[in-house]
Amino acid sequence: MAVAAMNYEGRVNVGRVERWLSMVAGGALAAYALKRRDKPGGAVALAGAALLYRGATGHCDLYQQLGINRAHGNGAREFGTGVIADRGSDTREQLGGGRGIHVEESVTINRPLSELYRFWRNFENLPTFMNHLESVSTREEGISHWVAKGPARMSVEWDARIINEVENKVIGWQSLDGSTISTAGSVNFGEDAHGTRVTVHLQYNPPGGKLGAAIAKLFGEEPNQTIREDLRRFKQLMEAGEIPTTQGQPSGRKRRPSYTGTKA
Amino acid sequence: MKAVCWEGRGDVRVETVPDPTLLNPRDAIVRITSTAICGSDLHLYDGFIPTMQEGDILGHEFMGIVEDVGRGAANLKKGDRVIVPFPIACGHCFFCMHDLYSCCDNSNPNAWMAEKFYGYTAAGLFGYSHMLGGYAGGQAEYARVPFADVGPFKVPDHLTDEQVLFLTDIYPTGFMAAENCNIQPRDTVAVWGCGPVGQFAIRSAYLLGAGRVIAIDTVPERLKMANEGGAETLDSMDPDVFYKLRNMTGGLGPDACIDAVGMEAHGPHLDYVYDKVKTMTFMATDRISALRQAIHACRKGGTVSVPGVYGGLLDKVPFGAAMNKGLTIKTGQTHVHKYLPRLLRYIETGEIDPSFVVTHRVSLDEAPDMYRTFRDKKDGCVKVVMKPH
Repeated sequence: MAVAAMNYEGRVNVGRVERWLSMVAGGALAAYALKRRDKPGGAVALAGAALLYRGATGHCDLYQQLGINRAHGNGAREFGTGVIADRGSDTREQLGGGRGIHVEESVTINRPLSELYRFWRNFENLPTFMNHLESVSTREEGISHWVAKGPARMSVEWDARIINEVENKVIGWQSLDGSTISTAGSVNFGEDAHGTRVTVHLQYNPPGGKLGAAIAKLFGEEPNQTIREDLRRFKQLMEAGEIPTTQGQPSGRKRRPSYTGTKA
Repeated sequence: MKAVCWEGRGDVRVETVPDPTLLNPRDAIVRITSTAICGSDLHLYDGFIPTMQEGDILGHEFMGIVEDVGRGAANLKKGDRVIVPFPIACGHCFFCMHDLYSCCDNSNPNAWMAEKFYGYTAAGLFGYSHMLGGYAGGQAEYARVPFADVGPFKVPDHLTDEQVLFLTDIYPTGFMAAENCNIQPRDTVAVWGCGPVGQFAIRSAYLLGAGRVIAIDTVPERLKMANEGGAETLDSMDPDVFYKLRNMTGGLGPDACIDAVGMEAHGPHLDYVYDKVKTMTFMATDRISALRQAIHACRKGGTVSVPGVYGGLLDKVPFGAAMNKGLTIKTGQTHVHKYLPRLLRYIETGEIDPSFVVTHRVSLDEAPDMYRTFRDKKDGCVKVVMKPH
C-alpha cells in the first residue's frame, strides 16, 4: 500500500483545488448515475469514476500527455534543465570534467554534408539561425569574437578559439581563459540514411552574480530546447532556404499579441 | 481587407484586418476568388482544437489569382489562377521528397508546440491553430501563401472555380482515404460519415475498383447524395449498424472501413454518452464512436482508413479488436500536392465533377450564419462556398 501511495505521489499533476473539484464532480455524477440505474446512467457512472480517480490520485493522463502540471510544490518537473550526459565528449574534458551544464542535440538535414559544414565553419553565419547571437566575427585565424543578446539590452561578449577541427567531420571550440563565460562546444557532421546528421554538444558554466544570471537566461530555462530551436532553424535555412514565419501577417487581434511565430 | 476570424467557441466574425504582405522570399499573395468552409473548420468552431487564439483568420480551402510573388517563387507570376493545398510544404525535406507533404519538417513556425503534443510536428496548415503553424487562413479577400513555388497549383481556365476548388482539400482527402484502403477488385468498402470527404471517398472507392460501397450517416440529404454516388446507405443512429453490415457482407464484414467522421462523432450507443461526458469535463479530447464502430465492423485482415480529424487522446479504442483481427490502420492529413495532377486529370476528362457537393453559395459576410447552418446541418447544408470578390 505504501509503495502504491509513493508511486502516485510522483505522478501528481493536478492542483489541490482541482482535485477536490474532481472528487465533488465525480461523486455527484456517480450519485446521479446510481439514481438513474439505466444504460446512459452507466456511462455517466464510468465518467464519474474516472473523475473520482483523478481527484483521489491527483493524476490526470491527459495532463501528463500534454506536459501540463498543475500540482504545485511537489518538485515534479519533467521537462527540466540540461541533462548531464553520461557519455564523454571533448567539451567536458576541456572544461575539466562535468562542470556546468551540458547539452546535446541533433538534427538530420537533407543536404550534402560538405555544404552544411562550410556554412557552419563560417562562424559569421551562425547568428542567422542562432537567435541569441548578435554577431560572431573572426579576429585572427582560429580566434573569434562572440556577441550575444542578453536580457535588458545587456550584451554578453567573449572570445573563443577553435580547439579541434577535422574538415567535414567536427568543429570544436572553447572560450579563452578569463572570458566572462566559460564555454566549450562542438558540432559533428555525419552521413545518415536520411541526410546529414548534425550533432551539437555545448557546455557552459555561468559565473555567479548578476552576469551569471544574464548568461543563464541567455540559454533559456531549457537549454536543450534553445539549442534544438537553433538547429531547427539551421535545418529550415539549409533545406527550405528560409525560416518559416507568421510574424507580420494579418489577424483580427486589436491589441493582444499573438503566440510567437518562432521560439527564441 | 475582410476576413473571417475565430473569436471563441461558436463565435466567428467577419472583420476588417490589414492586407497580407510578402514576408519570406518564397511567399506569394493570392487574391481569393472562392473559399470554402470545411467540416474540419467545425472542430475549430466547436472549440475542439487547442491553441486557437481570438482573431485568428480561418480557412484552408481557397483558390484565386496570384497578386504578388516573392523572388523565391519564380515559377508563379501575377495573374496565374491557382488552387492552394491546405498543408504548407517546403518541397525539400525528407518528407516532401517522399510525397509525405502533410508531414513537412520545415513549415511549422511553432513546431515546438506540436512536439509537446505529438512528439514530432506535422506540416503547418492554413488557419488551423497555432500548434499547426498559426498561419492566417484563406476565408478572406487575400492570403499570403508560403513556399508558393511548391504549393499553388495552376488550373486551366475552362474549368470553373467550383470544379477545381475542392482539389485544395476534400477531394484529395476522400481519394487518399480510398487509396489507403488498398482496394482489390470487387471489395466492399464501408464509409462512416457522408459529409464532403465521405462523398469523395465513396466516388474514389468505386474509381479504384470497389464492387460495393456502403455509406453510414443519419442526415437524409447526405445519404441521398451518397446514394447518387452509387452507395447503399445505413442510418448511423440505427443501433444495428454492425449486424446489418455483417449480413450485407455475408457474415464477413466490409473489406475496408473509412472513418470520415472524426473527433465529434455522434452515435446511438452508450459509448457516445461516455465520450460526451469525458470531453465535456476535459478528461478526453475526442468523441470516437465512429472509429470504434469502424474497427469493430471491419473484416479480419481488413483495413481501417481514417481521414477524419482527431486531436488528442482517444479513450476506449478497441485496439484488442484491431490487433486480434489483424487490421491495418492507415491515416494522416492529406498529402494534397501528391494527388493534384492525377485528380485534375479526372476532372478534365469528366470522370468526376466535384461541384456536385456544393449546396450553399454566399458572400464572405455571411460566414457567421453559414458556420452555424453547417454545424447544425440545417437547410440541407453539405458544402458552403464563399465568394470574397
